[in-house]
Amino acid sequence: MDIEVLKILARDARTSPAEIAVMTGKNEDEVRHAISEMEQAGIIRSYKTVIDWEKAGVERVFAFIDVRVSPSRGVGFDDVARRVYKYPEVHSVYLVSGDYDLRVVVEGQTMKEIAFFVAEKLATLDGVLSTRSSFLLKKYKEDGEIYEEPEGDERLAVTP
Amino acid sequence: MKAISHVVQSIPPSGIRRFFDIVSTMHDVLSLGVGEPDFDTPWCVREACIYSLERGHTHYTSNYGTIELRRAISQYLALSEGLEYHPENQILVTVGVSEGMDLAMRAIINPGDEVIVPEPCFVSYKPCVMFAGGNPVVVPSYAEDGFAVKPQEIRAAVTSKTKAILIGYPSNPTGAVPARETLEEIVRIACEHDLYIVSDEIYARLTYNGKHTCVPTLPGAYERTILLNGFSKAYAMTGWRIGYAASSPEIIEAMMKIHQYTMMCASTMAQVAALEALRNGDRESDEMIEQYNHRRRVIVKGLNDAGLPCLMPGGAFYVFPSIKHTGLSSDEFCERLLFEEKVAVVPGNAFGECGEGHIRCSYATSLDKINLAIERIARFVSRL
Repeated sequence: MDIEVLKILARDARTSPAEIAVMTGKNEDEVRHAISEMEQAGIIRSYKTVIDWEKAGVERVFAFIDVRVSPSRGVGFDDVARRVYKYPEVHSVYLVSGDYDLRVVVEGQTMKEIAFFVAEKLATLDGVLSTRSSFLLKKYKEDGEIYEEPEGDERLAVTP
Repeated sequence: MKAISHVVQSIPPSGIRRFFDIVSTMHDVLSLGVGEPDFDTPWCVREACIYSLERGHTHYTSNYGTIELRRAISQYLALSEGLEYHPENQILVTVGVSEGMDLAMRAIINPGDEVIVPEPCFVSYKPCVMFAGGNPVVVPSYAEDGFAVKPQEIRAAVTSKTKAILIGYPSNPTGAVPARETLEEIVRIACEHDLYIVSDEIYARLTYNGKHTCVPTLPGAYERTILLNGFSKAYAMTGWRIGYAASSPEIIEAMMKIHQYTMMCASTMAQVAALEALRNGDRESDEMIEQYNHRRRVIVKGLNDAGLPCLMPGGAFYVFPSIKHTGLSSDEFCERLLFEEKVAVVPGNAFGECGEGHIRCSYATSLDKINLAIERIARFVSRL
């Protein structure tokens, strides 16, 4: 495993093995090998692009659904979570501490679509006691990306 | 009107200033000429300052700086270097290392005293010596030594008038980090001739191969060294103007006397920010340093591939490649590169005569910009 390579890829997944080799002072084959090993081990799970869909004009609605679960013998949190995350409209599922047990992020094209999904699919699952939905209104920051215009370089062009 | 001070008249304006004036008339310049981090100050630091302003912490502090900040600096030097500086009387908070340098010179120099200054070096060293009434004695250093000064050349420059040796490593503009033995030898010379050492270690945290050698930790150095450091580079806090000096109680008392009458104290909000940087800024600082390190390797390879021989610097965020084989002077090279390819770099002679034939490129700029600048430099060099 190579944390330095991981950090570079986490910052920019398009950095090529040749570039990473220069940045880290390693040789290119070594970097290629490390990356493919980490891919095979499931440490690197996939490479994706961070997209501002709103700017792209694509309408997408997100909602955070908190789910209270009553685990029973033979049916634990993992089993309920599995039934939830199999739905393609479910963006992510977390087991969390606090008043609710699962935090589910659901994605849809309209609020109505999500509301129906919650009412018909989530709330009716065995073991689900109650749900609480909050719709996402504005994204300020996600996965370390701030969703604002980046500020320009304000430094003087030449300084000692 | 009578003429202004002849000392001031005798000092030429900074070579960087002249170049800056040209650059500032142009648009869309890709600059490798910036001597400060491209990162903004860590948010925790900015937020701590905003909070303190909201609570009305807007008054003078002790001339020495707040005791909380001096304690934190003292603790930092103890933990990172094993150095003991008493927060009550051995640390002075200054308006950046720039003020610290001025105070140090004025505190130790009598008219006519000589101060040995290895070049290429930061642009303010010689003027600070001269403003204090001293005479700078330049000792050149060369690419073949990795731009670390040769101790024997310092020894040869010592006269009965020599008062101090002024060094700044890791170096702006070369990125040089001398071997520990070299620094030990310089300290030995200072001990033999009873000289002060003024050590500007503003780039200390930006040392890439192994640990920084802090000059006062070397045998015999502690009593005679004025250690200057600050927050500008490691915590991306250039605009805050905040640094410190650490030395013997006598020296700090002398520096404080000048500081007291000319500056009163460093800006209160900057002191609050500096304290927060020491307490909680290291995570972000380490992250920045890791990125500088990546860029360092990229720019060194890029410039060498572009046909400008360039050493791998051990610290700071500058490289100092040679342009000698192009047949152009540093000034000509920089001006033509600017006009023909819109890339700004700084002529090496701005940092001393022995910097002629070199240019300073800063890698405190995003990798994308570095790569783009290198492309343009390569195109320019291939046309020459």
